[in-house]
Amino acid sequence: MCEVIVVTSGKGGVGKTTTSANVGTGLAALGKKVVLIDTDIGLRNLDVVMGLENRIVYNLVDVVEGKCRVKQALIKDKRHTSLYLLPSAQTRDKTAVKPEQMVKMIEHLKNQFDYVILDCPAGIEQGFQNAIAAADHALVVTTPEVSAIRDADRIIGLLEAHEFKKIDLIINRLRMDMVKRGEMMSSADVADILSIPLLGVVPDDENVVIATNQGEPLVGNCTLAGQAYQNICYRLLGQEVPFMELEKGISFWTKVSGIFHKN
Amino acid sequence: MGRFKLWFGKKSSRDIAKDRLKILLISDRANCSPETMEMIKNDIARVISKYMKIDAKSMEIQIKKQGCKGRSMSPALYASIPIIDIGVDDVKTVQNQRL
Repeated sequence: MCEVIVVTSGKGGVGKTTTSANVGTGLAALGKKVVLIDTDIGLRNLDVVMGLENRIVYNLVDVVEGKCRVKQALIKDKRHTSLYLLPSAQTRDKTAVKPEQMVKMIEHLKNQFDYVILDCPAGIEQGFQNAIAAADHALVVTTPEVSAIRDADRIIGLLEAHEFKKIDLIINRLRMDMVKRGEMMSSADVADILSIPLLGVVPDDENVVIATNQGEPLVGNCTLAGQAYQNICYRLLGQEVPFMELEKGISFWTKVSGIFHKN
Repeated sequence: MGRFKLWFGKKSSRDIAKDRLKILLISDRANCSPETMEMIKNDIARVISKYMKIDAKSMEIQIKKQGCKGRSMSPALYASIPIIDIGVDDVKTVQNQRL
């Protein structure tokens, strides 16, 4: 049984592409057959995050327009043999593909893969409509900021209107130090405001930038973000994994010593 | 000094964000535009000022969550209207005028 997952957020720059790349890679590392689809036509970047930008021959628009078969456009990942990427077109715009065409193409892919992961573009226009058309599970990515949460809430409303049965939340770029100081909303605050199940919390980690520089997803390695993405993958497979203790309360003595150091 | 302010009752930016979002999202979800809210506010002010003297400028109205949890909550309209003068006599005159 294939699961079609769309990674979406509304607001741009919150980490949809990073999440797609890491969740896809993580699931493939756990032995699943995965295809990642970049649906951001005109602004493709999943290929660079995956480090596969030099291997592109055909793209999503070529497949939809019948210029090639799906198999010809799929790029095999460097590290995992069960992971494939379908890149988007860089020279076209979002109107080049229609939701019905996406549904048809994904129906075809469903027979060959365990997971189809769609990286959704920012916004709520045609690109978003294309990405959600064939999906049955949505991962809403947000950061603990007012603007991102507002957009995430709007997206959740739209997904509910499309009768999505499974909508899960991923909170990205959480700064533990700021949460402790009371200057950032905690993951519990965000989950409470958005009122959807929390699938994972990814701490703000400079290793994410390093991994993107190198074109290698960090899921599963010994960094904080790598572990957080690994846990998300386990939870997607139905395993119960406790949340990392990122927001441990600070003790009284730490607070007292903090006063002397800071003031 | 940030720490002292925090300890002596000043709201942390986390709480400010939470409060702002809660109000913002409820009006977003209720699909109620700021213009509509302003119109409701003006209408309420006009009706109340028939009966008592109110401070319309510092009056506030909000759509808030009522009791139940989850995304499908029942919204409620809260109004905070500072009264300058209750003026019961005026009410009588208003009522008499209407009669």
